[in-house]
Amino acid sequence: MGKIKLRNFHQARWDEPIIFELSTPGQRGILLPEIDDEIVDRVGDAEEIIPKKVKRNKKPQLPELSQPQVLRHFLRLSQETLGQDINIDIGLGTCTMKYSPKIHEQFVRNPKFSELHPLQDEETTQGILEIMYKTAELLKEISGMDAFVFQAGGGAQAVFSNASILKAYHTDRGEGDKRTEIITTAFSHPVNAAAPHTKGFKVITLMPDEETGYPSIEALKSVVSDRTAGLFITNPEDTGIFNVHIKEMVDIVHEAGGLCIGDIADANGLFGIVRAKEMGYDMCHYNLHKAFSSPHGSMGPCCGAQGVKKFLEKYLPVPVVAFDGEKYYLDYDRPHSIGKVRMFYGVVAAVLRAYSWIVSLGADGLKEVSELSILNNNYLMKRLLTEVRGISAPYSKERFRMEQVRYSWEKLKEETGVGTEDVERRCMDYGLQEFYQSHPPYLVPEPFTPEPNETFSKDEIDEYAEIMKKVSQEAYENPELVKTAPHNGPISLIPQPPITDPEDLIVTWRVYKKKKGID
Amino acid sequence: MAKKLGLIVNPIAGMGGRVGLKGTDGEETLKKALMLGAKKEAPDKAKKALKYIRENIDEIEILTYPSDMGQNECIELGLNHKVIGEIHYEMTTYKDTEEAAKRMMENDVDLILFAGGDGTARNICSIIGDKIPVIGIPAGVKIHSAVFATNPLNAGRIVEEFFKNPNMELRESEVMDIDEDEFRKGRVAAKLYGYMKVPYQRAYVQSLKSGGIYSDEISLEGIADYVIENMEKDCFYLIGAGTTTRKILERLKLPYTLLGVDIVKDKKLVLNDANEKDILRIVDSNKFKIIVSPIGGQGYIFGRGNQQLSPAVIKACGKDNVIVISTPGKIASLKSKPLLVDTGDDEADEMLKGYYRVIVGYDEIYVYKCS
Repeated sequence: MGKIKLRNFHQARWDEPIIFELSTPGQRGILLPEIDDEIVDRVGDAEEIIPKKVKRNKKPQLPELSQPQVLRHFLRLSQETLGQDINIDIGLGTCTMKYSPKIHEQFVRNPKFSELHPLQDEETTQGILEIMYKTAELLKEISGMDAFVFQAGGGAQAVFSNASILKAYHTDRGEGDKRTEIITTAFSHPVNAAAPHTKGFKVITLMPDEETGYPSIEALKSVVSDRTAGLFITNPEDTGIFNVHIKEMVDIVHEAGGLCIGDIADANGLFGIVRAKEMGYDMCHYNLHKAFSSPHGSMGPCCGAQGVKKFLEKYLPVPVVAFDGEKYYLDYDRPHSIGKVRMFYGVVAAVLRAYSWIVSLGADGLKEVSELSILNNNYLMKRLLTEVRGISAPYSKERFRMEQVRYSWEKLKEETGVGTEDVERRCMDYGLQEFYQSHPPYLVPEPFTPEPNETFSKDEIDEYAEIMKKVSQEAYENPELVKTAPHNGPISLIPQPPITDPEDLIVTWRVYKKKKGID
Repeated sequence: MAKKLGLIVNPIAGMGGRVGLKGTDGEETLKKALMLGAKKEAPDKAKKALKYIRENIDEIEILTYPSDMGQNECIELGLNHKVIGEIHYEMTTYKDTEEAAKRMMENDVDLILFAGGDGTARNICSIIGDKIPVIGIPAGVKIHSAVFATNPLNAGRIVEEFFKNPNMELRESEVMDIDEDEFRKGRVAAKLYGYMKVPYQRAYVQSLKSGGIYSDEISLEGIADYVIENMEKDCFYLIGAGTTTRKILERLKLPYTLLGVDIVKDKKLVLNDANEKDILRIVDSNKFKIIVSPIGGQGYIFGRGNQQLSPAVIKACGKDNVIVISTPGKIASLKSKPLLVDTGDDEADEMLKGYYRVIVGYDEIYVYKCS
């Protein structure tokens, strides 16, 4: 493709009511056949079979529509949505919105997989157990850890599970009551503070150095003590800057008797380049729904793969998928286990997709994923910082970044009054869905965190950069245009707050009717 | 009904700066500045903000003061306005600023937009305190107060948002000023004069959109409760100036001094507004701790607004007994720049440097550098 031409985009606007408002009493999408007399004779009246105490007092107030009405309704809604498959979804940094090969969907929709039940006898689920076992083996190689489980239903739960293991480890050593503090960094994913806090640890957050963007060794030394239980850290941090002192930091914590837990949710810049083991971590987790291609639209389905070193393996949540040389089985006989953090064994569809992705790429392919991601990211950074007015990338200014960058629109805001939220909405007019601003705390003002991973072509990255350039230019020439965006979307500017005030939020039809006094 | 904007321009603000006088406070300095060829700068800066207001706000009633204190600027830009006072001399003084603020208050303006520096802010604060929201157009030589927009255009934008967004948050912000005579001798002696309410534009904190993020108010309560729960028996706590530290006294249901140092022991008040002598007498050889909060946007924890906590007091206390508290928003506004100290005593300054466990919420700690 030659010179990038921006699209004359306009999204469908259906002004579609919610489905409850489309309901007409008596309409049906499916008419169930009458039950054969023979069945009624043998079994009796279905209503009578159901115990009285589990029966509803009132009929459920479900919307009543015919099939084509339902179909039209949801297709219209889908046209008012910008999904991952339709837009250049570079904007969602820390989320790795990469293309997931469609053949993976064939695997997970195959009845051989989709009709499995987690309570089936192990003898009948050898195939999926083998895939889980082998995926764990692959992750062991990728990370250098010694054991993996997939029970956590996302990254946060995996960090919580690691925090639980940390607690069990210190308790077993008689130091559970003494080692009550964990250390994290401000640009690590916030869950590295939140999950251990939920487990009862006191959280100490190291703030970034003014120049480098990650904490100094001295900052860490000032708080490490015999109260330190562990270090929960993301590297590269949200800024996309790789903390080159990671090994030294880990050594300091180890020397003080603490353990180190790596958050590798965003592994996209690390495959085949650096492993958890070499960074000195004792535990880590991957988000299979990010770097390993499994999609995570609408906050699911997620899977946090939790990995630990040998000396912590006994604490892993049960069951662990094991192999006795002949068959695969679910091992519950683990007396030191922290128990369960979630039902069953994990989001197995995400494991299946991740397995397909890893084996189809191979070792060289995985490394290429990271190399391409880093190249794409630094190419986009070069374009944005040299061609787009009003944008900057705070900290470590002369260094390359890994898989993402946290930019700032502060200068644009200062000079034009147009801030990151305005730019975000205006991008929608060019066919992009919202971009990710920042995790809290907002240390980078007017933030913006794109992540152009390996699945985007150069032309797509160029188109993305051109859109940013165009919106910035508009901000300087006609700030009102940007501040009142979107103009080509299904809805226009919504003031927020106040509409996001939790006091006023209504998320179900039932509560809406109650608040509005509708019968 | 159209909203009322009060406009006060201090026309002589900033005149001393360009000719190297480090300020324009006092008649003698002004004369000197004029002799050195200083020109009025504040009117032009005010006009930049007013031009934005003219182009972006439809219904607004501007109440202002005569001549260069706002009237001329409005006339030049063709803005409808009403003059509500009078001045007697061409060269205005702080008394005119104060009188103008008084008139604005009597006329129930919704917001005061003023152009000036720390001196102007201080004069307005002495009259209106926190009764009327204000926003400053930075036009003075000294801009240490947190009541100013970052530039004239942004002052205009904040006025626009204030009038268009009924939910805009107001924050109590510091009014600081330094003693110009001392400043000319090379010594910065800043004092905290009070707090004014300023419309707060989101810049460093997340909007509600993402949900679940603590507001500064909730953080303040968490910080205060955490500090109170961890207070040691028989220990004197010297609680420094400011709105963050004030919350501790409020939660203890004790009277407080917003701009001074209050002393608390065993959750009971020992003394309000203690000076250095009081402090040294009371703490004597007893155990004591100091609780301070950084000045927003600047990061000073000692030497700005809390001179009662003198080098002698600080040295007796020791760094380990200094408790720094701050809302996460205030820390974020420092943009990773370190906390600062300037006690006027090199030894005390040196002792205070290093890393602090800053309390930013209930049981929440940021490790932050001070230099």
